[in-house]
Amino acid sequence: MNPLAAQMPALQVIVPMLMAPFVLLLPRGLSWAAAAAASLLAFGIAAQLTATVIDSGPVAYQMGSWPAPYGIELSVDALSALLLLVVTGASSLALVGGRASLAAAVGEDREHYFYAAWLLALAGLAGIAVSADAFNIFVFMEISSLASYVLVAGGPDRRALPAVFKYLIMGTVGATFYLIGIGLIYMMTGTLNLADMELRIAEVADKEPILAAAGFITVGLALKAAIFPLHVWLPNAYTYAPHIATAFLAACATKVSLYVLLRFDFFVFQQNLSGHAFQFAAYLMPLAILGILVGSGVAMFERNVKRLLAFSSVAQIGYIMLGASLVSIGGLTAATLHLFNHALAKGGLFLAIAALAPLAAGLRLKDMGGMARQAPWTFAAFVVAGLSLIGIPGTAGFVSKWYLVSAAMALGAPGIALIGVVVLGSLMAVVYVWRIVESACFGEPPENPARSAAVPRPLGAAIWTAALANVYFGIAPGLPLRLSSSAAATLLGHVPA
Amino acid sequence: MSAQQTILVAVALPLFGALGIALAARIGANFREAATLLTAAALAYCVWSLAPSLLEGARPAVSVAEVLPGIEIAFAVEPLGMLFAALASLLWIINSLYSVGYMRGNREPHQTRFYVMFAVSLAATIGIAFAANLFTLFLFYEALTFATYPLVAHKGDKSTVASARVYIGVLLTTSIGLFLPAIIWTYAAAGTTDFAAGGILEGKLHGPAVGLLLALFVLGIGKAAVMPVHRWLPAAMVAPTPVSALLHAVAVVKAGVFTVTKVIVYIFGIDYLFASPGTGWLVYAAAFTIIAASVVAFRQQNLKRLLAYSTVAQLSYVVMAAAILKPLAEIGAAIHIVAHAFGKITLFFAAGAIYTAAKKTELHELRGIGRRMPVTMAAFTIGALSMIGVPPTGGFVSKWYILAGAFEADNYVALFTIVASTALNAAYFLPIVYMAWFAPESGKPPPTHGEAPWPSVLALSLTAALTIAFFLFNGPVLELERQVVAAP
Amino acid sequence: MQVLGIYYYWVFAILLMIGFYAVIAKLNLVKKLIGLTLFQAAVFLLYIAMGKMEGGTAPIYGASAEAFSSPLPQVLILTAIVVGISTTALGLGIVVRIKEEYGSIQEDEIQEIDRR
Repeated sequence: MNPLAAQMPALQVIVPMLMAPFVLLLPRGLSWAAAAAASLLAFGIAAQLTATVIDSGPVAYQMGSWPAPYGIELSVDALSALLLLVVTGASSLALVGGRASLAAAVGEDREHYFYAAWLLALAGLAGIAVSADAFNIFVFMEISSLASYVLVAGGPDRRALPAVFKYLIMGTVGATFYLIGIGLIYMMTGTLNLADMELRIAEVADKEPILAAAGFITVGLALKAAIFPLHVWLPNAYTYAPHIATAFLAACATKVSLYVLLRFDFFVFQQNLSGHAFQFAAYLMPLAILGILVGSGVAMFERNVKRLLAFSSVAQIGYIMLGASLVSIGGLTAATLHLFNHALAKGGLFLAIAALAPLAAGLRLKDMGGMARQAPWTFAAFVVAGLSLIGIPGTAGFVSKWYLVSAAMALGAPGIALIGVVVLGSLMAVVYVWRIVESACFGEPPENPARSAAVPRPLGAAIWTAALANVYFGIAPGLPLRLSSSAAATLLGHVPA
Repeated sequence: MSAQQTILVAVALPLFGALGIALAARIGANFREAATLLTAAALAYCVWSLAPSLLEGARPAVSVAEVLPGIEIAFAVEPLGMLFAALASLLWIINSLYSVGYMRGNREPHQTRFYVMFAVSLAATIGIAFAANLFTLFLFYEALTFATYPLVAHKGDKSTVASARVYIGVLLTTSIGLFLPAIIWTYAAAGTTDFAAGGILEGKLHGPAVGLLLALFVLGIGKAAVMPVHRWLPAAMVAPTPVSALLHAVAVVKAGVFTVTKVIVYIFGIDYLFASPGTGWLVYAAAFTIIAASVVAFRQQNLKRLLAYSTVAQLSYVVMAAAILKPLAEIGAAIHIVAHAFGKITLFFAAGAIYTAAKKTELHELRGIGRRMPVTMAAFTIGALSMIGVPPTGGFVSKWYILAGAFEADNYVALFTIVASTALNAAYFLPIVYMAWFAPESGKPPPTHGEAPWPSVLALSLTAALTIAFFLFNGPVLELERQVVAAP
Repeated sequence: MQVLGIYYYWVFAILLMIGFYAVIAKLNLVKKLIGLTLFQAAVFLLYIAMGKMEGGTAPIYGASAEAFSSPLPQVLILTAIVVGISTTALGLGIVVRIKEEYGSIQEDEIQEIDRR
């Protein structure tokens, strides 16, 4: 066996993190190539890790060979593998395809700073996915957040600045809440390793600090994950960020916080705190439902295409939470699967937006007129990803909605109402996706048509990769389904029946 | 080629044809049209070559991919689907011929997009016809909705786009909101969505749930246009006439009633549905649609809208026939799909020919037009007689079987509806025929046009001939459809 | 006396709330950042306080020591302080850019400018 193979979990973080300063030192022309190469390498590592997880179960890695819980542990199970694929995949697609678009948004002279920040964000997000240690998760979360503030603020639109300031304030408050929570738990149990915490917390389970910690952690992560009604930072941040950065962040940034939330709630709290399983479901389900309805509702009437898609993200996070709040195998499978599928759809949509943006200055619905004729291939890919967002059969989005509805159906009568919500949300998605399609196909072309810049080939390739992935995983969802059902079984295995 | 391969080729052929049409269009318009006709002919050959073995009782099936456990993309040919596919592929040839005349005669823009999307729509139609389970059927059902959207919105101006929005809005809302939950419910109850002789739900659902599921299916399959989900069909009439003719008189709407029939026969099973309480309402709903749509058609001034409402009514004949839940009526439902297709496509072809030659769309403008366009109006007359159900046209045969089924079930609602609607059909079709042939021409300056371009006239003559031929030679079709209700 | 006996937690809670109030209520972006810094500092105090042992010394192996204060919270909070400083620095950097672009650092004025 390759000696490097055993070091995969560590390399997953180290490769992009070490590459970040190198990108600054390299000659200007090479910075993009280095960043893209690092990202692709990280994707390769993630694929390798996924293969190992599928073949032989979770991978545990002791940093510096110190045994857990004293040393720092990294661990990769099905859920983390799924997340790693999403994070590194989204980053690679966006970077490979996005050079021209980023250079236009950031400026040639500042490009290398941007790529360094990008790699730090990637390292942070990947770090969260592989960490088995609560405090490490905090550190990686802040690395990724700080880097993504830079990514969002990098664009030419000045409205990005107030947006990113709001993002920074709310993100930091969320992270600090999380920090308070793990502080309180550490105070009571003396451990930061998640697996160890799960065992030790049982002795002190009903003490007030633990209950307070559960509240702080849940709220803090909900802020980071933009769970309704804590989503207010998200729409503007996504709208005014450089398009390629939006594609990357929309695909994975909030998902990673959702992942931590699921980990904490299912591994640590649900089996130890009496009534927590009920509270988790009873508090999150109404929020998830409201998120779906309000997010989709606002998207239906939004005029700016990017913000429309951002509000759709708020709704999609609602679907994921709705699945999780069912606390059943079916529900959790649906939730984790949707985490993957929504990343595919939204990533593809925002990449297509990046390609269309030079043609449709302003990116309001009325600016989209004539897009279908000016960039027919790109727009066709946009439609495919849009269908996946709606959940049309034959696309990835359908598979996760199918699971979500099946899981709701298993509830019996109350499930009917949930199915109603999912169906209603999908219909609202039809409306907002179709508004874009209609204005692009039949809208008035702009007065003075923008210089008909051809879509750069790498970007076109990235967009179509995403679109075809949406179709492929809609027809053969074997891989994500296997990972997510295994993840669901693991999560649920920690909840007493 | 084995039967399995033929099925896959039949589904894929129009898609490759679409590609070929797009490429041929770069050489020239003639090549594009040639590619369309060639694809249509090849598809018809493919589909029809399956028929003989089916008559002998073979049921070829092929599975493509398993999407989820128990949910696969699979095709299986059975008599109903065979009939539908054979019908659609045959009429596509004639319709392509007609399109050439119509699209050139009216100098329509975006003709390449038109032919390409038409081929894609046909692929979806064949997929619906050969689907082996509800999931596959739904996949192609939605594909058909999306593929026809550019055809409906062809003109691209504001009112067309608004109508196209109604079209896709109603179809998507019903299919996602009702049809899909119904499929998932079926899957949850039966553990499969495969079409099987005798149904798969027997004993799995009880009491009012059966009626509710049936309602989800019937209203969810918006393409069947049972009131109140019929609004999309008149809206779709903004499309060029060949689209209205093949898609909104044959492929799309028949996909709807075909699906309803298939759900009743192969998902519920007619005996199970007949024995279940709370399922009788479907006959009333269909009967209401028939009467109401006929009354609305009676009041229309625009020829194509009249035909659209007539289609709404005729579709519910099929639904009602299927809902009578007796073998003879099921046969009637199947052959009414064919009979109405021949008749209605003739009527649409005639309407389009009139528009091409004379730019006339309103009823009152048709006075005396029979003398200028005798062939067209003769075909129109045959189509109208078939709608009413007068021998010697195809419409008579299917009505005969539906009536026989209604007697068998002692279903007096159905009997009354058929009689009443026949009277209504006569009341709105015969005046047009009379006016066209015997009323004096009006209009200043007096019109000088003759017939439409020859491909169009040829096409509508062919379908008119088919309408009559179906009255005389329907033996093989009946033979085939008897197998639908034969004991499994 | 139990309530007052844990005065360091009171300090934590009060500081936290002061900081949080400033973050929410102040319109001046720099004041918001000051609030955020206070908010984080309160958490640092929470960690430091929990590691303290009455009479404990630094955990260096020697003959006389009988009790050790836990060093781990201090190590953790060192990292958290670094994170906090970076956040503040980045936040101030953004405020500078906002001032350059909008000519104001009052939240309501910026919103007003954007609305125009």
